[in-house]
Amino acid sequence: MLDQNLIGQSLGTRSIAVEPGRLRFFAKAIGETNPIYLDEAAARAAGHPALPVPPTFLFCLEIDAFDSIGTARLARLDESRVLHGEQRFAYHAMAYAGDTLTFDLKVADVYQKKGGALDFLVKDSRVTNQHGQHIADLRAIVVQRND
Amino acid sequence: MSLPAFDKLAVGDRLPALKPPPISRKTLALYAGASADHHPMHIDLDYARDAGAPDVFAHGMLSAAYVGRMLTDWAPQQCIRSLAVRFTGIMQLHAEPTCSGEIVDKMIEDGEQRVRVALKCVDQHGANKIVGEAVIALD
Repeated sequence: MLDQNLIGQSLGTRSIAVEPGRLRFFAKAIGETNPIYLDEAAARAAGHPALPVPPTFLFCLEIDAFDSIGTARLARLDESRVLHGEQRFAYHAMAYAGDTLTFDLKVADVYQKKGGALDFLVKDSRVTNQHGQHIADLRAIVVQRND
Repeated sequence: MSLPAFDKLAVGDRLPALKPPPISRKTLALYAGASADHHPMHIDLDYARDAGAPDVFAHGMLSAAYVGRMLTDWAPQQCIRSLAVRFTGIMQLHAEPTCSGEIVDKMIEDGEQRVRVALKCVDQHGANKIVGEAVIALD
């Protein structure tokens, strides 16, 4: 059973630079064909200042900034029994290559289901850019099987 | 990219589906590197077997990224207000994903015209791997 005292606990604040090469690598990995995610000139022609951070890549930046396995250990999760249950994003402004994003991560909830067979850990992060602009809010729900 | 017109959309309208290639070991290796999710369950067969799985399987967030592609193929990303996904099943190696979306609501919210899109990602057997929803603001 996860420690109920984790609820409300900060997991820290980390900043990470959004590198254009990482965005192109991610675009390749997901088979992206939309040129605004691959080609800076196409992004600019579409009105963007640089390559956009695509909708789910904010989660990747979060785990890159925090070392998700380290976070799991902090919560005493066993990574071999953990699955990603849900992921939510609320978007407030676009983020772009060249930005530095700051993730403020905390444990929002800890609970059990199925008589303790499943442990749930809910993590929230608030994302801001280098100008203090609120970019997004992320919520990750991870599930640990205890069988 | 042209913005879908709010007035011309109806509940029940579907977004163009996205059908990425089958999930290969290379797909998972590239996604692991690009996403920073280095969990060995997705890239290390020995680890997966030791953990009781028959083989490596896909990152849930890879399917979520495909859902994201379907959305940004349909509407400019700056119109997306929210995206929520629930991982309802494991996308196995060699599976053939299909992402789909259906408009389930049209509403005025925070002074904007918005649509709510129900999202799914299924494998070649039609088994749900992701269910979710997105809210998209349209003129």
